[in-house]
Amino acid sequence: MFNPQDLLTLLPELFLTAAACLVLLFDVFLTDDQRDATHWVALLALVVTIYLVIQGQPAETVTAFGGMFVRDHMAEILKVTVLIATILMFVMARAWLKDRKLFVGEFYSLAMFSVLGAMLLVSAGNLITVYLGLELFSLPAYALVAMNRESKLSSEAAIKFFVLGALASGLLLFGMSLIYGATGTLDLHQIFAAAGTTQQPHLLQFGLVFLVVGIGFEFGAVPFHMWLPDVYEGAPTPIAMYISAVPKLAAIGLAYRLLEVGLGPYAGDWRVMLAIMAALSLVVGNVVAIAQTNFKRMLAYSTISHMGFVFLALSNPTPEGYASALFYAVCFALMETAAFGVILALARKGFECEMISDLKGLNHQSPWMAGVMAIAMFSLAGIPPLWGFMAKVEALKAAIDGGMLWLAIIAIICSIIGLFYYLRIVWVMYFNAPAEGREPVSPKPDFTLRWLLSINGLGLIAMIGFSGLFYSWCLAAFGA
Amino acid sequence: MIQWPILSWLIWLPCAGAIVVLLAGNARPRLARWLALGFSVATFALSIVLLVAYWAAPAGFQFQENLPWIPGINTRYHVGVDGISVALIVLTAVIHILVVGGAWQIIKDKVHQYMAAVLVLDGLLIGVFCAMDALLFYLFFEAILIPMFFLIGVWGGPRRVYATMKFFIYTFFGSIFFLIGILYMHHVAGTFDLHQLAEYPFTFKQQTWLFASFCIAFAIKTPMVPVHTWLPDAHVEAPTGGSVILAAIMLKVGTYGFIRFPLMITPDASQHFAWVIIVLSLVAIIYIGYVALVQPDMKKLVAYSSIAHMGFVTLGLFIVFMLARQLGDSAMAELGVQGAVVQMVSHGFVSGALFTCIGVMYDRMHTHEISVFGGLAKVMPWFGAFWVLFAMANTGLPGTSGFVGEFMVIMSAFKANPWIALFAAYSLIISAGYTLYLVRRIIWGTAPTPEAAAMPRMSAREGWVLTGFAVCVLAIGVYPWPLMHLMDSSVAQIVTHVMASKLG
Repeated sequence: MFNPQDLLTLLPELFLTAAACLVLLFDVFLTDDQRDATHWVALLALVVTIYLVIQGQPAETVTAFGGMFVRDHMAEILKVTVLIATILMFVMARAWLKDRKLFVGEFYSLAMFSVLGAMLLVSAGNLITVYLGLELFSLPAYALVAMNRESKLSSEAAIKFFVLGALASGLLLFGMSLIYGATGTLDLHQIFAAAGTTQQPHLLQFGLVFLVVGIGFEFGAVPFHMWLPDVYEGAPTPIAMYISAVPKLAAIGLAYRLLEVGLGPYAGDWRVMLAIMAALSLVVGNVVAIAQTNFKRMLAYSTISHMGFVFLALSNPTPEGYASALFYAVCFALMETAAFGVILALARKGFECEMISDLKGLNHQSPWMAGVMAIAMFSLAGIPPLWGFMAKVEALKAAIDGGMLWLAIIAIICSIIGLFYYLRIVWVMYFNAPAEGREPVSPKPDFTLRWLLSINGLGLIAMIGFSGLFYSWCLAAFGA
Repeated sequence: MIQWPILSWLIWLPCAGAIVVLLAGNARPRLARWLALGFSVATFALSIVLLVAYWAAPAGFQFQENLPWIPGINTRYHVGVDGISVALIVLTAVIHILVVGGAWQIIKDKVHQYMAAVLVLDGLLIGVFCAMDALLFYLFFEAILIPMFFLIGVWGGPRRVYATMKFFIYTFFGSIFFLIGILYMHHVAGTFDLHQLAEYPFTFKQQTWLFASFCIAFAIKTPMVPVHTWLPDAHVEAPTGGSVILAAIMLKVGTYGFIRFPLMITPDASQHFAWVIIVLSLVAIIYIGYVALVQPDMKKLVAYSSIAHMGFVTLGLFIVFMLARQLGDSAMAELGVQGAVVQMVSHGFVSGALFTCIGVMYDRMHTHEISVFGGLAKVMPWFGAFWVLFAMANTGLPGTSGFVGEFMVIMSAFKANPWIALFAAYSLIISAGYTLYLVRRIIWGTAPTPEAAAMPRMSAREGWVLTGFAVCVLAIGVYPWPLMHLMDSSVAQIVTHVMASKLG
């Protein structure tokens, strides 16, 4: 039954769809010199979308189109963070793209469609919308990774990402079909109800395994992490930044919708799978990151280890656990934007600034950029008084309260190992002199970039004071 | 009674000062120095206000501020001080003025960043001594690693990167288990508040694991044998100011943690395992004393001597269990704890002074090798006099601050078990051995090289810094009563708490 009210519920998404189409069309009529207009229109569209999300926020969960689309607090938090991360990416990418003659309109419209997919995904109330959102999110992302046509590395990364991504969605789809077979419905709430009383628990568990594989791929958790380092390394840096932040946020939504809303009665099964993946991710991510010389690759392995922490929190299937996972993912996204932002600010034509050695002596040349990077590194390492510490505390607490003390102990041992490679970045920037015969690295004189990056960096300190507020939002999002 | 949040001011004023100093920029080192001095003096003035206000009624925890921080996990911004905290806060504030003064012309590169790191340390260390919420304590406890990491790594000696990485990873290793301990306590007791945790009846098994997690963290920080190996490296490579803060205050963070966590929260496990700590303390006192004897590097020698002196502190803290629980002698137990705290404060001044002296010599010859120096009494007579004074304080000569704490600890140890006292007292001989041997080589005799004979005399600035240390060392040595009065009731409270078993 079509209800016009439903359109209002979907207003932010509808607006973004229109804006993305508009940007695509509008850009055709611009010359290369006027392309900045596309940039500003796209930014404006994202800001307006944030406004629409916050402004239209319902007091209680609202569904639209017969439960296909759910608008709740968790989705709102994730949408706003996805949009903020994308705004940061747009701002930080502009000068970088111009330097490399990649400053094209498609970049903006593709990214906006991808964001739209992420927004649909986190609001999905039905297996069909889950799948639609996931595909709408991923397909533009594959194209974005391949955007730099001249780079072999970039094309290789895109092929890997696409093939493995397609495989993962195939597995997810297979799992969904099994679950449909066992429960006879695609609606997540009905699946939840049917799962408790199903005659075929084994079929359901079999389907569950495939869902977990799909989720693991989306997060980049071991053993489904193979694509991540190559994509980070090969993708243009702004896209790597996007891939490091947004899919993780979307995946939180995906995991919550599928595992809790849909298959909550099977929490006893999936939490063990997630715990094992958490342990593996923590070990592999942290150990392999030590050996990296490429900064982006190092961040990729660091991401894998952080996904271990997210799974640590998710393995406690209570509102506190989900809230901690959401908290962690949001915090992680903003740490990544800061780290990649510094790289983007420093890179210039013919100098990607993506090797760890490129950061040598940064404090001598640009103390402010070195400071932001140091904040990001200490935050990723989970050292107080930075926000990453709070996220880690909450994830560890969720695991301990969930009775998984052993997992928490693995996690902290791994973070001791992981500390080394974060400290190495700080060491290279502060304790080494700049490499001989290299031009001074200074950030681009891009006003908005500098300001946003500074706010991003200082926010990682300031958020320690606002953690209480944010954590209570997260808790409220899961009804605690 | 002070109505305004003095503790928050004490914590955050130096941190705000650090930001201001950073804004002064690299191009204006003079401004950065004066700003840093201004902020550290202001912090000191606040700490004196705190001291005076606490002095009026020295009992219990005062000036508490208790605000919600993260309601979702029931952690609060809860600070407050008792006599022990006040003593350590004043120590911190004094030492930081002397560190800023000591670095005045010595640090030439990136002065603003150096001063900012020192000021941040000032605030965070005061925060550790105020925190009454376990998570807040951990936040400060761990955050002090960051500025210290930079101090050693940027302004340190040739092997600074190795030393600072070792320092950071080593201490992080300990504290992360402490974090798990805190979270586990919260899991069991549902609170992070130190008072409530001190009252919560943990079972013996829980206490044992918690005790282990606390001890890993604090034993590394103190440091105790056998996890002391990061300290000599860190000291040798650190710049003078870094060494002073490290020895004078950061080591006290470890022993302060022993008071607040194992003693208060897990008294039964502490009693059960007290012998381990006592044995390790005695090993530190004797074995590390011998290790100090053979060091060719002055900084290493003083670093090892610090480890030996911290042995007295841990001995004094854990001897309490033999006295209070087995012998029921609470007066002696109080003497032990008091001795330990006096030793903490005293060692803060003495080791700070010794490292400052070494810094003065380093600035002239750019080495810490003992063999390079000689005949300082002739070359720099005033400086030689200061050296001898601080060396005497280090050996525990009566009349200096070093004597008071050691004497009290040995006395209470004698009551507990004469054998322990015998071993502990033996340290007086060893510490006299390594300190006097050092003095003989660098102060007396003749300069080995023409350069060493031509060292410029002590400047007025250096003289003022050392005078500051000397006044504190002598004041505590001659008249320790105010310090003891300050913490009398707090120590009595701790001992009463320790005597009661948590096991029903």
